[in-house]
Formats: sequence, C-alpha cells, structure tokens
Amino acid sequence: MAVHETTENAKTTAARTPNRGLRWLRRHIITIAGLCTLGYLILPNIVVMVFSFNKPNGRFNYQWQRFSTDAWSDPCGVADLCGSLGLSLQIALWATIGATVLGTMIAFALARYRFRARSGVNTLIFLPMAMPEVVMAASLATLFLNMGIQFGFWTILIAHIMFCLSFVVTAVKARVMSMDPRLEQAAQDLYASPVQTFLRVTLPIAAPGIASGALLSFALSFDDFIITNFNAGSTVTFPMFVWGSAQRGTPVQINVIGTAMFLVAVLCVVVGQLAGKRRKRS
Amino acid sequence: MSITETPAPPDEQAEPAPLEVRKTPTRKRLVPYWLLLPGILWLIVFFAAPLVYQASTSIQTGSLEEGFKVTWHFATYWDAIGEYWPQFLRSVLFAATATLLCLLLGYPLAYLIAFKAGRWRNIVMILVIAPFFTSFLIRTLAWKTILADGGPVVGVLNSLHILDVTSWLGITEGQRVLATPLAVVCGLTYNFLPFMVLPLYTSLERIDPRLHEAAGDLYARPATTFRRVTFPLSMPGVVAGTLLTFIPAAGDYINAELLGSTDQKMIGNVIQSQFLRVLDYPTAAALSFILMAAILAMVTIYIRKSGTEDLV
Repeated sequence: MAVHETTENAKTTAARTPNRGLRWLRRHIITIAGLCTLGYLILPNIVVMVFSFNKPNGRFNYQWQRFSTDAWSDPCGVADLCGSLGLSLQIALWATIGATVLGTMIAFALARYRFRARSGVNTLIFLPMAMPEVVMAASLATLFLNMGIQFGFWTILIAHIMFCLSFVVTAVKARVMSMDPRLEQAAQDLYASPVQTFLRVTLPIAAPGIASGALLSFALSFDDFIITNFNAGSTVTFPMFVWGSAQRGTPVQINVIGTAMFLVAVLCVVVGQLAGKRRKRS
Repeated sequence: MSITETPAPPDEQAEPAPLEVRKTPTRKRLVPYWLLLPGILWLIVFFAAPLVYQASTSIQTGSLEEGFKVTWHFATYWDAIGEYWPQFLRSVLFAATATLLCLLLGYPLAYLIAFKAGRWRNIVMILVIAPFFTSFLIRTLAWKTILADGGPVVGVLNSLHILDVTSWLGITEGQRVLATPLAVVCGLTYNFLPFMVLPLYTSLERIDPRLHEAAGDLYARPATTFRRVTFPLSMPGVVAGTLLTFIPAAGDYINAELLGSTDQKMIGNVIQSQFLRVLDYPTAAALSFILMAAILAMVTIYIRKSGTEDLV
C-alpha cells in the first residue's frame, strides 16, 4: 500500500502520469489479454492468406519468396486437389442430410416422450462426443476390415453420419425442450391435425436448432481428418489431400482454397447478421 | 472371423432388448421407438458394436496371412503398456498443459466477449468462430511458417534469451521451436482454443451483471469479485471447456506429426501407425482400448470432483 500513499501525498502531475498509465493498464488488462488471445487465434489465418500470394522456390510453401497471383489464377492447377474438394463437399452434404434427419428424430423422441431405456439412449448419444476420435476411427475400421467391406466413399459417409449424429441430437433437443408445449396444444384446440400441428407449429419453432445442428454437421464432416484417415482406404478427401501434401510438398493452391473458404464463410455470416438486423428493424 | 465367434458374457445376452416394448400395442405408444429406431440402430451398429469388436481384436493373435483368432492373449496389453508408456504419459502431459493454457488464454477472451465487447460483440464472436472455416490442417501447417527456424518469432524469442531458458527446461532444443514439445503444445492449444472459449462465453453470458455491481457495493475489490462471484458461476463452462479440450487433445496425432519430431510422438501417432502402417491390429486395438478406458476414468472422476454431474 506504500505506492498508494505516495500518490496521495505527491499530487504533482509528473508523479501522476506514469501512475495513470498503470491504472489504465490495470483497468484494461482483461481486454488486452483477450485481444492477445484473439490475435493468437487469427494469426494462422492471416499467414494462410498472405502465403496464398507466395511463389515458393521448392515444393514446400513455408518460406516467403516473392509476391505472385499464379495460384489464384489457377486454383485447380494441382492434380487431384479440386477432385478431393468436390468429394469432401459431397460427403459433407450427404452426411449432413443423414445426420440431421436421424438426429432430429432422436431429439424429438427424447424431448417429447417418456419411454424405457431413456438413460441408455442418452448415454449412447453422449459417448461418441466423449470419445477420442482415434478410438472411434480405429474400432470402426476394424469392423469394416473384418466384414470385408471395401473402404471408400460409403465407409467415409457411414462414419461421418455416425459422429455427426450426437451433435445434431444435442442441438435440436435443447431447442425443442425450451419450446412452450402450450403452443402445440393451442394449435390442436384450433382443430389442427397432428400433421398440421407438426408442420405449421413444431417444425418452424425447432428450425433454428435443426439448422445449427446441420451447419455443425457440415463443418465437422467437411473438416474431419482422423476418422476419415482410418476409413477412407485410397479415397482422398480434401483434408486427406492436405495431409498428404504435408509429406510430398504443399502447393500454394491449398492456401488459395483455404482463404476462399474463409472469405465465403465470413461473407455468409455477415450477410446473415445484416439480414437478421434488417428483419428485426422492420 | 465373425461377430458370432466373439464370446460375449452371458448376462449381456440375457438383457431384454429395450426397443421391443409391446405391452400396449397402440400406435401412439410406439411413436418414440419408431423415431429412435434408425438413429439408435446406426449408433449401435457403427459405434457400439465396433467397440466390442475392438475389444475382441485386442486379445487376438495371428498374422496378416493366416488371419487373427481370439486366443485371450491379454499379454498384448502388458506389452503395449510396457513399450508405449512414454507416449501415453506424453499424451496426458501435453493434453493437460494445452488444456490449462487454453483456460488461461481463453478466459479473458470469453470475459471480453461477454462483458466488455459491447457493440463489437458480434464481430469478436465471428473472429473466434472464423478460424473454423479454414481447414484446421491448413492452419496447423501455417504454424510451421510462424515457428520456422529463421522466422521472426524464433528471432525475437532468441534475442530475449527466452529460448535459452526454455531449452534449459527441456521444452525446446537449441535455437529451434519447431520439432520440440513447445511447438506441439502450442499447436494443440491453438487448435482446441475455440472449444474452450465458446462454452466459457455461454456460461459467462448468463451471469447477471448486477451481481458484479452488488459485489462492488459490498466493498469487494475486482479480484475478490472475480474469485468469489464470477469464477464460481462460470464453473459449468470451465468444466465443459476443459473436457472439450482435453479429450480430443489426448487422442490427437496431427499436431505431433506436423509440428513435432519423432521424440514428440503421442499415443494417437502410435495407434495410427500400428493400424495403418504396421498393420498390427491387436496392438492398435489394445492401445486404443487403454486410451478410451483412461480417458473415461479421468473424465468420470473429474466430473464427480467438480460437482457438475448434470452436465451429461
């Protein structure tokens, strides 16, 4: 407390200035620390973006050489790159549809009905999220191997639906649980059939939960590496391509696609936010 | 080799199938079961059954040419632990360090978004989620550039003599950061940080800001307010965040492979190479079974200790 007393006594501006700086620092320390963390999170994205304009000397794009837009003008110039991207998008789309349909059904059953084996079902939903991916990946691959099933598109799709399911259930269940059941009763009081009630009342209210579950599934499936690594055989998805290129040589086009994905997604989010704001205003 | 050969304990077979309740065969009663059937069947066939299968594989012996047979060969487990205990230990150590760092780095950021960002909140939120939109493998490779030997980060750390200290501590080697434990932990922390920030933010956002005012009115200093009010109330987020960080970090092999050297191999690397390169399926199965059991045990104890059992 000695510092405090001296400032109380010496009220000259010369003594106050460094103290004010210190006080400012103390007041904003959390903000500064938070912004530092944010910088740590963003830094690799900036590096990816900057290095998409690089012209590396060797096979690896780890060192800055000179500016070039070659990769941007020819994003599919590397063999198999765009093919793997297409495959990843395709798998992510089907996995999202599969996981969203199956997961929404489970979520409705859990949120709306009492039945036996409820805790068992809850555990079965929770376990895949609490399991290291490598364990699920290895065990599923063991099953496919012993069944003599050919690894490829279908085994990847099966695996992706499996691990996306739990996330959809969690997202949709939370939304349906927080829904006022009286809304459905009101619809039925107004002579809506069960199907009409479901389509016109229940589904629209549950939609944000279903949408966030679906978006999460798409992101998880598209970016999944570990489970795909074990269950893909010789099929190459986009993350598998990047993994392989880390050994053989990283083409600049990888950064171009990473940057493009980033920009498209951020644009979607911003547009979505603005649209939401405008709707609120009107 | 088929499922039927797998000797299952008798009491498991005797258990009644939960999905076939036919006491009152009215249509309404069966609705939840029809809703559950496809999804649960999917999880049983492609998630639960493989785990049982894995257990049986781990006690098999044989070779690729002659095929594997269940011989109750539990020695695989002892051999696996005996040979790979350093990787197990390293996985737990790296994952725990990364989780702690995520908590220390993520808390201020979550706090910033919840209480201080104001009208910037949405933008900061987008910046937290934005890294997800670029494939995480590409972002992990970017760390190779950032931590490169002649790069600015290593240069600064070197001129401040920080690298001397860290290499004395054994977390870096000489004048390098890449291919050292520091690089792997840095990558793990980076990759799982959003999984810490988001649940922390969710639980911080629920705290009524008037509680802070009340604590201040009662002459609590900011530090005391944080220790006695904010932090205890954010406990669900802390528990969820640490679990979401620790579990995937312990099984990860990507950061160790891309940013580490052969001296930083984690248990995930061993399982991957045993399964996909060495093709020693029993050892891979035994290792992943040990990993699963260890993590489930740790998670159970952790949830009990932190007193948030309603999380599940």
